[in-house]
Amino acid sequence: MKRSITPFLWLLFSAGGTVAALLFPVHLFLTGVAIPLGWLEAPGYPSVHGLLRHPLARLYVFVLIALPLFHWAHRFRYTLYDGLQLKHLTELIATLCYGTALVGTAMAARALWNIP
Amino acid sequence: MSAESHYTPYHPRWYRRRVSVWWWLQNRAYAGFVLRELTSVFVALFAGVSLWQLRALAEGPEAYARFLARLGTPLFVILNTVAFLFILFHSITWFNLAPTAMVVRLRGKRLPDWVVVGMNYSAWLVLSGVVAFILLRG
Amino acid sequence: MPPTVALTVTRYRPERESAPTMQTYEVPFRKDWVVLDALNYIKDRLDGTLSFRWSCRMGVCGSCGMMVNGSPKLTCAAFLSDSLPGPIRVEPLNYFPVVRDLVVEITDFMRKLKKVKPWIIREDERPLAEGEYRQTPDELDRYKQFSMCINCMLCYSACPIYGLEPSFIGPAAIALAQRYNMDSRDEGGRERLEILSEHDGIWQCTFVGECTKVCPKNVDPAGAIQQLKLTGAIHWLKTLLPWGRG
Repeated sequence: MKRSITPFLWLLFSAGGTVAALLFPVHLFLTGVAIPLGWLEAPGYPSVHGLLRHPLARLYVFVLIALPLFHWAHRFRYTLYDGLQLKHLTELIATLCYGTALVGTAMAARALWNIP
Repeated sequence: MSAESHYTPYHPRWYRRRVSVWWWLQNRAYAGFVLRELTSVFVALFAGVSLWQLRALAEGPEAYARFLARLGTPLFVILNTVAFLFILFHSITWFNLAPTAMVVRLRGKRLPDWVVVGMNYSAWLVLSGVVAFILLRG
Repeated sequence: MPPTVALTVTRYRPERESAPTMQTYEVPFRKDWVVLDALNYIKDRLDGTLSFRWSCRMGVCGSCGMMVNGSPKLTCAAFLSDSLPGPIRVEPLNYFPVVRDLVVEITDFMRKLKKVKPWIIREDERPLAEGEYRQTPDELDRYKQFSMCINCMLCYSACPIYGLEPSFIGPAAIALAQRYNMDSRDEGGRERLEILSEHDGIWQCTFVGECTKVCPKNVDPAGAIQQLKLTGAIHWLKTLLPWGRG
């Protein structure tokens, strides 16, 4: 069968969508709403830093950032292609979307590698 | 209103209707679909905020405190609340559509949709509880 | 209940006009009438030049699909009373070229049905002497839903991707492929997956889900497509393994 990368991109999209669906609501609610509004105590720097000492925690954060970025890249690419009928720009859109996801993933990997 | 009709080799010209670039506003279902797809933007935005948080963490306690202060400003609280609503919409539509892609068969019979959907929502609740517990126990 | 209801119908007479127009007719309102009854009343009593397709008038032939107030419906199943107070807008099925009035050109659809090889594919044919294929009720259940398609094309008219990208193979064709893939007698899954994985196949679909919503036979083509995406993705993963090729 002719090798196409589309099935792989769809897998990333699905995995990212599942991660985002299951885990983003609680993380966003805590970090973006409840803690800034004072409903809950913010965990202190030592506590968060301590959590991230475990390599599994770093893997978790990596997955939490990387997969949803690829979910966005795949979905947004099709939204622009279909929604705005930008067929003539299809290669540019794909490059920008997956490229941004790759950059974000690389930045997350680097930050997680470098945290003392 | 009558104009010249053109004949192709064997039949009168068919009329091909152009799809407007506003096709997605033409009915509720299409508009809802595009709204659902646009939740991906908020997913990316929160991934970005998390990346920002990670980098602030890597820089040290002062940078992290500055990050937390920024998130406390009214602008960010509003943006994050809007993002939260969109991400809830993503989760709900995602779980409700799960049974169409994931057909689970037990002993030859297909599991009913509500069971698959229920499993997804249960996993969501449990995982959210676990994450909140780990993050907040300090 | 009003005595009459207005139907605003698309007219297109290519021999004398270059674009469609709308014409309004006043038809009697009966609470048991469907849009098809109203169209036949128009043709019999008001305007014999109106052209439209219909046949069984009971929802099994798939001939009478049209846009009723902007939604693709079988006109033999669309009650006038559901669309009161009117005027009821009747237009040709979306995303297909219009031949005349309410008649659309469906050759593209017919071609796509054939493209997915909608027949039992066997590596080796069983000789007659070996007897019939046997299938349990559970095995039948795996594909029965997809076999209910009446080729009415409402799903194509509901699918914005088909509208934007006419080369998209479309919901009914993919559901038909899945009907054979899921048939225990069939061994052509791999062959069909190759066809469906081409550029205009399953990966064009963005799961709008309207196809399943408008299907009068509950075929759930959206479900067939997403299941095939999962199958295709798993197959792709298997080809990564050194022993997984071929």
